[in-house]
Amino acid sequence: MRAGILRSPSPLPGFGLSFGIMMTMLSIAVLLPIAALLGRGLIIGPADLWDMVNSRRIWAALSLSFRAALIASLFNLVFGLMLAWVLVRYRFWGRRFIDAAVDLPFALPTAVAGIALTALYAPNGVFGQTLVPLGIQVAYTEVGIWVALVFIGLPFVVRTVQPVIEELEPDLEEVSATLGAHRAYTLRRVILPTLTPALLTGFALALARSVGEYGSVIFIAGNIPGVTEIAPLLIVIRLEEYNYDAAAAIGIAMLVISFAMLLAIYAIQIWSRRRIGLV
Amino acid sequence: MAGNFHVALRKALEGGHLRTGLMTAVAALGLTFAGTAPAAAQESVEILNVSYDPTREFYREYNELFNAWWTAQGNAPVTIQQSHGGAGAQARAVIDGLEATVVTLALSADIDQIAERTGRIPADWQSRLPHNSAPYTSTIVFLVREGNPRGIEDWDDLVAEGVQVITPNPKTSGGARWNFLAVWAYAERNGLDPAEFVGALYRNVPVLDTGARGSTTTFTQRGIGDVLLAWENEAFLALAELGEDAFDIVVPSVSILAEPPVTLVDGNITSDVQRAAAEAYLQHLYSAQAQALALRHYYRAWDTSLADPEDAARFPDLELVTIADFGGWPVVQPEYFGEGGIFDQIYEE
Repeated sequence: MRAGILRSPSPLPGFGLSFGIMMTMLSIAVLLPIAALLGRGLIIGPADLWDMVNSRRIWAALSLSFRAALIASLFNLVFGLMLAWVLVRYRFWGRRFIDAAVDLPFALPTAVAGIALTALYAPNGVFGQTLVPLGIQVAYTEVGIWVALVFIGLPFVVRTVQPVIEELEPDLEEVSATLGAHRAYTLRRVILPTLTPALLTGFALALARSVGEYGSVIFIAGNIPGVTEIAPLLIVIRLEEYNYDAAAAIGIAMLVISFAMLLAIYAIQIWSRRRIGLV
Repeated sequence: MAGNFHVALRKALEGGHLRTGLMTAVAALGLTFAGTAPAAAQESVEILNVSYDPTREFYREYNELFNAWWTAQGNAPVTIQQSHGGAGAQARAVIDGLEATVVTLALSADIDQIAERTGRIPADWQSRLPHNSAPYTSTIVFLVREGNPRGIEDWDDLVAEGVQVITPNPKTSGGARWNFLAVWAYAERNGLDPAEFVGALYRNVPVLDTGARGSTTTFTQRGIGDVLLAWENEAFLALAELGEDAFDIVVPSVSILAEPPVTLVDGNITSDVQRAAAEAYLQHLYSAQAQALALRHYYRAWDTSLADPEDAARFPDLELVTIADFGGWPVVQPEYFGEGGIFDQIYEE
């Protein structure tokens, strides 16, 4: 970090004070809890940490958590983009209502969302009654976990992409068309590159949120060890065994994997920005 | 400060400034506070009862029963607060500093953990009150759908192909540990290989909820499963709440005597008065009135002298093994439910 950043002149005063307050709050709310978790890991030691994480059941849970989060976030990436596009570019009856409804997953307690989704998709539920006879079991399977994660992750993509689409001039597409480009070509070479950084940010946010999701998943998952048991549940189970070290070990494993994934996404983001030349 | 408010209020009243009904109501409220002030100043005692989920309704009524009796003895009323949640989570909260005056949890293993990790409860806590400190008990029974379409009569019907059994995860639910041990006891009594039998039963479990109430919901509301392994009191409650024409209770030949224990958290006691009240609060659970109340809430209690005969006659006789037959919770907890224990091995192949 360059010291100069801290002293850069601004027309508004009070940077020192607000920076101090910001750092204090950030430390209390975010940095210290994570540092405490990592500190616990240091006390346990890397060899013991590895032993505590390296079991078939934990790998199965970690793989399920990250796989489901990835699938749900990819779905949200596509569906969220479409939703944001429709909301910005078209005027139709009920648009404002749908626009407001996008934020509902943020406001709803996740446990309530989980219970509601389970009620809908259980074999005697509204959707379940139709799906189960067709051989599609959603509740208590991995599909149920996807559904819950799609629900909680969707607003992240929509709300990050929406303002960028609003900035996007329809002129660009018209110019592209007058120069003889097909619609698909315009979409691929003009629109998507501009949206890529925002899409990646939304994807990363949705992914990060889904990986650690507990409340909504626990009711719809079925929680069978090795099959539908998510990693956060395994942490809770370790706590129930009063095995705080093993719980911390799984927590650290999730933190490390998440960090690596976010780093990869941001690397792609930087690369894409350089390539397109937009900052 | 309250005194100042009172004086100000009186001045206002004497000055004749208060005319509206609303203000009169406020004044009446102020006088009510003034009336209780001396009693509160005398000795204000608070008790925090940290309990597990299904006891919520029972303790709400018991608190009133206790306070009525306690004040009749010439004591100042006690403010009793209740905290409910999963038994393990509640025990951890006490370990992490929740200032419980008494704990009334699902398993003595949970209280053992508090004793061991905080030193706020003596190691021999369980011998301080009668019946292993369990004023009421329960057992594990089956809840099946109306008419028992699968013909489920005993534990061996639960391992049959295609039967779906609903039970919570013993890792996260105290009640589920009693379920597990009840199955185990049946297998042992009938000369079966317990590990194999219990494994076969859990392979018929499509959903492992994290708590007993969650499993009850999965079975009763979501329509999943043919049989629910449930606390007897929860099964009766489900019948009472959801209608006797929807479900039947099936009593197996062998089950386990579930003993949810209670004890004082000595290290959190702040005064002699509080100690006296808290000790009385627990001892009074064994009184005939409180036992009748427990019976009404579908718990098996020891003293039926004041109970409604119907409440007392509700419970069928069956062979009940106890946790002592397994060697006690300090042995059972790590061996069966610890990391890599017998339950984990079921899912490790």
